[in-house]
Amino acid sequence: MTKVTMTVNGKAVSAEAEGRTLLVNYLREGLGLTGTHVGCDTSQCGACVVHVNGKAVKSCTVFAADLEGAEVRTIEGMANADGSLSVIQQAFQDHHGLQCGFCTPGMVMSSAALLAENPKPSEAEVRHYLEGNICRCTGYHNIIKAVLAASGQDVPAVAAE
Amino acid sequence: MHNFDFTKPSTIAEAVKALSAEGAQALSGGQTLIPTMKQRLAAPVTLVSLTGIAEMQGVCMGEGGLHIGAATPHAVVARDAAAHYPALAALAGGIGDPAVRNRGTIGGSIANNDPAACYPSAVLGSGATVVTNRRKIAADDYFQGMFTTALEEGEIVTSVVFPIPEKAAYVKFNQPASRFALTGVFVAKFKDGVRVAVTGASNDGVFRWAEAEAALSADFSAKAIAGLTVDADGMISDLHGTAAYRANLVKVLTGRAVTAAR
Ligand SMILES: Cc1cc2nc3c(=O)[nH]c(=O)nc-3n(C[C@H](O)[C@H](O)[C@H](O)COP(=O)(O)OP(=O)(O)OC[C@H]3O[C@@H](n4cnc5c(N)ncnc54)[C@H](O)[C@@H]3O)c2cc1C
Ligand code: FES
Ligand code: FES
Repeated sequence: MTKVTMTVNGKAVSAEAEGRTLLVNYLREGLGLTGTHVGCDTSQCGACVVHVNGKAVKSCTVFAADLEGAEVRTIEGMANADGSLSVIQQAFQDHHGLQCGFCTPGMVMSSAALLAENPKPSEAEVRHYLEGNICRCTGYHNIIKAVLAASGQDVPAVAAE
Repeated sequence: MHNFDFTKPSTIAEAVKALSAEGAQALSGGQTLIPTMKQRLAAPVTLVSLTGIAEMQGVCMGEGGLHIGAATPHAVVARDAAAHYPALAALAGGIGDPAVRNRGTIGGSIANNDPAACYPSAVLGSGATVVTNRRKIAADDYFQGMFTTALEEGEIVTSVVFPIPEKAAYVKFNQPASRFALTGVFVAKFKDGVRVAVTGASNDGVFRWAEAEAALSADFSAKAIAGLTVDADGMISDLHGTAAYRANLVKVLTGRAVTAAR
């Protein structure tokens, strides 16, 4: 075991990690930040997406030890300073972008990464960007609406094909 | 997953030294190796991370074409190669999903040489040079069948140098669940001829389609290959597509790539 130090949601943190400790275990078990979910553990579902140095990363597919000194942001760091929901989170609530909520932390983190790169994405761009985020409740249309609303654009009547 | 010692050198020389130890293995983006370790199909004693080595990062023009550091993530290639080699940038931007592209690297992809991976077709289709800590390997000698390459024990890819064609395109037919290539074709037109590299289709991994190269070198248009057929013998057959289906896809996608090339 060695100590791994990072900045998580703006705070300097330090926790013990083995070589094999994944970032998601470091966050959930080491730091008690259980908002980041493990949906598959096989790198396919995106429920575990967090930001590492500003980029969306699957926290189940990176070792904590490889991220010594990194800046990490998780769903716990997404709300506004006064505790109210951020624009993206509020849009998910307003547009029913979540049902059971299991995929939601990853959806919100991926959506935030998209809007940071591309502030006014088209519907097709949102769908393409969220390709690696799977929602078992299949609430995709409302998720797309939420992301478009969060970007300040009109929300189209997304056809439920 | 079995436990291991973790080390993160900051130079190629230190990494090579660390990799000479018994049971040591390179870790780049981990997007293939970590899932493999979770399944206990790999159990290294020591993992040597290549992600902290500055000399293995980045995209720049240099002697022989576009140089890409082996530890450069797909997302960086998608962004920084766009002005120099748009077909390569587009290929990198179509791998997996954004989170995979932020970690996965070109060196890891071509060291692994998955028969359905995208990059091997660009490396072979461009006639690129694979640079290692020991030597330079021509793409034609580098890929040696599925999951097999010319790399020796303890040898790492440090960069890849791509000559830039007049026109090129990669067209991928997605395997809908994994988003790897069910079949993918990279076509590159150089002054002295055309190269066509196919991934996802053959039991032998990435390969060049010689008949199409000859036909397209004489006439660079989709109709030039209309009369050709691809033998289904040796093609991959699985629940996503039969060997005959893949053989047909090779021809269809080659035509599409020629039409899309720019
Ligand atoms: C959900 C998902 C979807 C994907 N979709 C696609 C896709 O559509 N197309 C595609 O092509 N790929 C796809 N991939 C694979 C992805 O591109 C991987 O990033 C890539 O295959 C491996 O690169 P890596 O840097 O992650 O390597 P790692 O996983 O770190 O390493 C892979 C292997 O290469 C060795 N290695 C790593 N770097 C070097 C080096 N410099 N020299 C020598 N050996 C080295 C390692 O020891 C290991 O054996 C996908 C992966 C996932 C998880
Ligand atoms: S838990 Fe990480 S991708 Fe599913
Ligand atoms: S809301 Fe249930 S998995 Fe997406």
